[in-house]
Amino acid sequence: MAQQGSIITDEMKKQIGVKGVPTVLEVEKGLIRMMAEALDDPNPLWQDEEYAEKSKYGGIIAPPALLCCARAGTGRGVQMKSPFPRALAGGDEVEYLKPLKAGDVITSVSHIAEYNEREGKRGPMLFTTIETTYKNQRDEVVAISRSTFISY
Amino acid sequence: MTEGSAITDELRSMIGMATEPVIMEVERGAIRRYADAIGDPNPLFSDVEYARNSRYGEVICPPGFFGWPLKRGGMMELLGTIGGALFRAGVPRILDGGVDYEFFLPIRAGDILTSHGKFADFREREGRTGKMLFITMETTYLNQNGDLVAKARSTLIAL
Amino acid sequence: MAKKQLYYEDVEVGTEVTPLAKVATTQMLVKWAGGSGDFNPLHFEDSFAASQGVDSPIVHGALKRAWLGHLMTDWIGDGGFLKKLACQYRGMDYPRKMKTITDPQEGETWWCRGTVTKKYVEDDQHIVECDIWVENAKGEKTTPGSATVVLPFKKAKS
Repeated sequence: MAQQGSIITDEMKKQIGVKGVPTVLEVEKGLIRMMAEALDDPNPLWQDEEYAEKSKYGGIIAPPALLCCARAGTGRGVQMKSPFPRALAGGDEVEYLKPLKAGDVITSVSHIAEYNEREGKRGPMLFTTIETTYKNQRDEVVAISRSTFISY
Repeated sequence: MTEGSAITDELRSMIGMATEPVIMEVERGAIRRYADAIGDPNPLFSDVEYARNSRYGEVICPPGFFGWPLKRGGMMELLGTIGGALFRAGVPRILDGGVDYEFFLPIRAGDILTSHGKFADFREREGRTGKMLFITMETTYLNQNGDLVAKARSTLIAL
Repeated sequence: MAKKQLYYEDVEVGTEVTPLAKVATTQMLVKWAGGSGDFNPLHFEDSFAASQGVDSPIVHGALKRAWLGHLMTDWIGDGGFLKKLACQYRGMDYPRKMKTITDPQEGETWWCRGTVTKKYVEDDQHIVECDIWVENAKGEKTTPGSATVVLPFKKAKS
């Protein structure tokens, strides 16, 4: 869609697929506890060692919320450009492939997957979708997220 | 204002009351988040490679890492008990009077600390607005080898 | 604390996901900022929020997604697995302010809800898809989305 007046410049297009800086996150029990507290989620799989050991996971696991956030490096290092001053999170989609266990070391890498533009009520809007892949210490992909940011 | 003696007897009988021991695993991420929150870029707190090559061999805790010791390890419950006696002593309002830390050994990421809290002492003083009690709560931290690594003495002012 | 396990056979298209009530408070937003590492002032500073065109600091979209994760992990129990979670941040939500150190002021309560839209077996996995959403006190779906889960199958146990 390179029609005239497009807000998506060639420079922006060049950023599609360019990988950002990898982020390493140690999935520590303290961080899991912090997330569970923030969510007000008392699930014993997140905090109760004895309980979690007897579960099918064999130990503490992290709530799904731990991935797809700044802490997990989502969006780190991608060159997100927009001609507009205001930005909002538009939505997220996270696919979980493996449980996230306490002690895992997750490396995430993000890139811009696509741009879309649309005419909104308050004028033109740019949708930028960032895809992030999360791998554990065994190089297994544990999750993939797609986050859409709206600027207008 | 009631007579002081009987009430201070009640408080005196509470000296030494202790919490259950609480176990705390010191994690790198928690240290990093703390250092980031106070704006301290010292690599000993956040750079694993750097810390490994230092004399500590591992990331260590910044001094304030324990936060407010009264928040943790059952101290609030213990204070609730003491609070009853303070109320009966006619000094129901409690102010934070500060914390003194003493450090004995470096605390490294990976250490497993056990904290013991207790009501250590109190003393009485006549202030401008009447009776004031200075309450000292003490928390000791031992590492996995049983060595004393730190001690915190928190002062509360009851008036 | 072990909950009753939900099985594939227990759900049909139209089955309701057990709803979950949530109260967003300014305190919860602080905790979420620390946990998630999202320190965007849009979520804690009035004047910055105003510059971004919202009335006052808003609830993080990702926090509402996290609530939906809580909704699903509670529902599917220890034996289930959350495969996919997606949502769109359609409406703004504003946290309650605090009344005391621990308790919020009176105000809005949000509900996380869902219904089963599809169930099928694929690659030996018993899969259930749901429409899910966060709704505000007015009943508006501010955060609609979907979830795909794998549930255990009773017959497989015998």
